[in-house]
Amino acid sequence: MSKLVEKNNKAESSRGVFGEIGVWLLSPSWIVIGVFLLLPVIMMLVYSFLTKEFRGGVIWEPTLAAYDQFIFDRGLFGDEPPVIEWTYITIFARSIWQAALATVFCLLIGFPTAYYIATRPTRSRGVWLFLITIPYWVNLLIRTVSMKFLIRDTGPFNQFLLSTGLIDTPIHMVNTNFAVQLGLFYSYLPFMVLPIYAAVERYNFTLSEAAWDLYADRWTTLRKILMPVVKPGIIAGCILVFVPSLGAFLAPDLLGGAKTFMIGSLIEEQFKGNAGNWPFGAAASMILLTLVLIVLMIYARQQTRTYGGAH
Amino acid sequence: MPNGVLALKEVSINVENNEFFTLLGPSGCGKTTLLRMIAGFETITEGTIKLFGENIERLPANRRPVNTVFQQYALFPHMNVLQNVAFGLNMLGKSDIEAKSTAQRMLDMVQLGQYADRKPSQLSGGQQQRVALARALAPSPKLLLLDEPLSALDLKLRQAMRVELKQIQEELGITFIFVTHDQEEALTMSDRIAVMSNGEIQQIGTGKEIYESPGNVFVADFIGETNLLNARVQSSNEEEAICLIGKDTALTCSFTEPVSNDDSVTVSIRPERIALSKVSTSKKHAGIKGTVKRFAYLGTDTQCMLELEDGTDINVRVQNAHHNATDFTIGESAYIEIDPGAARILLN
Repeated sequence: MSKLVEKNNKAESSRGVFGEIGVWLLSPSWIVIGVFLLLPVIMMLVYSFLTKEFRGGVIWEPTLAAYDQFIFDRGLFGDEPPVIEWTYITIFARSIWQAALATVFCLLIGFPTAYYIATRPTRSRGVWLFLITIPYWVNLLIRTVSMKFLIRDTGPFNQFLLSTGLIDTPIHMVNTNFAVQLGLFYSYLPFMVLPIYAAVERYNFTLSEAAWDLYADRWTTLRKILMPVVKPGIIAGCILVFVPSLGAFLAPDLLGGAKTFMIGSLIEEQFKGNAGNWPFGAAASMILLTLVLIVLMIYARQQTRTYGGAH
Repeated sequence: MPNGVLALKEVSINVENNEFFTLLGPSGCGKTTLLRMIAGFETITEGTIKLFGENIERLPANRRPVNTVFQQYALFPHMNVLQNVAFGLNMLGKSDIEAKSTAQRMLDMVQLGQYADRKPSQLSGGQQQRVALARALAPSPKLLLLDEPLSALDLKLRQAMRVELKQIQEELGITFIFVTHDQEEALTMSDRIAVMSNGEIQQIGTGKEIYESPGNVFVADFIGETNLLNARVQSSNEEEAICLIGKDTALTCSFTEPVSNDDSVTVSIRPERIALSKVSTSKKHAGIKGTVKRFAYLGTDTQCMLELEDGTDINVRVQNAHHNATDFTIGESAYIEIDPGAARILLN
């Protein structure tokens, strides 16, 4: 191998071991990204500017109707002067709020969990990580339905509280924002734990010792040294929870009701059966995608500011 | 203590004010554990640690007026150099302006004043080492602990840093406790050295005392090179003993503890305290005869290994200033003469 590299170096090229073939080795990745990622997104982008067919599908006539419908209300027949349509904006705002809340809760519970696991002896860490991922062996749909059974008025949770005499009537949880929040939190917690775990595991605890030695108490050490150093892990965890929570539809569908409707469900409905509106669903997807990209870009910009051009 | 392992047995050291004190020993001897106990990172199960008469063994690390320079520097990667150095001062509640100006002064002292805005990752190993030193000195600790701070540097830099560390210590008048496994490092910088092994102090003394009057076989063997020969005591008085090495080679030896006749002892003789010649020149006793087995040219001196007539191997170091060391050929006969007082009876 090293001989090959040497030869290549002599032959004035910096293309590495595989020479000109190197570029083509990337082609499987490009095909996968192109066919399964870029193509669908481009399709959605195109569909969002087309006219809806009433039984689902699209008519190939370009229009801004889908975006217009998202923002403006022009009355039942579309002939009234436009006023701002708050329905969808409210759904978006609620989704962002729910996703942000889920992120905060996941962080509050996930950070100590990840820290705990990362500071265990090497051998037992594997066991803890295994326990964290065990729920993923069961389908998310089944887990979400189970959650509904657990928290419904006649479910074990309420039964227990009733039997202890703490409450007289069951606490109503199903179809509330609380239930949706619980579902989101439960579904995405491991996505917070794992990246933070990876960051804390790499963390050099001598840094904490150094801070302690320099008169910092434990809380200050955590806040000023550990947290900033593992920040990339924390941010990765937040993105991995926030983004799928924003587009989630299982938890809102199964645990929530009309008042807890989220973007994921809104988009899902547009493509389900014959009642849907494909261009509108596509437009809502595009708006969601834009929001997510803005969040990611803010993150990326902050990263370059923090770590500078040196990396 | 991790897993309840007894890392240190009975250790008692007394470090003077403004002293450069070194804990020297092989890895696993407990020197780092002792340092971490003084810093407050390890709790001691028994005993006391006093700093200027005050008991500090129950204080947590952040309340001991003691700072540490870590082996891998442990600089905070997300802070720039100035923020790193100012950290301890900020934690002590100093105003931002005061902390910054003190930190800048410390950086100037270690000649890194112009690097204040850099991130630690943008500095070389030697520069990071200086930042770590400035950071530990900035809060004016009563005692500075250094845990093998030079071991990650290359040889040239390490030698320069030894001189600089010693200068800084003398200028600031702060007591340094320095941990190392490198005897040359210990000898160049220290006022006194404690040689440690197996969780115990083997000997405490100045570099000269430890080298020239080692207290036991471990110290003699660990510091520098030595010949350790089995011998039997033939006769002894209060100052010296005559020992028999092999069958009939008699040597006058000094000792740390009195011995009696017929005792089996170990005698240590430094290789450079033995002279080598082609003819016997000794007046007091006949030169000891041997055969040259091999020699190695080492620049300033030549190391010769001789086999004595009774089969004992002995190392001799001859300075190349004399020009005669390399005149020997392997298999040739030679006489050795041991400096009076160079042979020393040691406890095992």
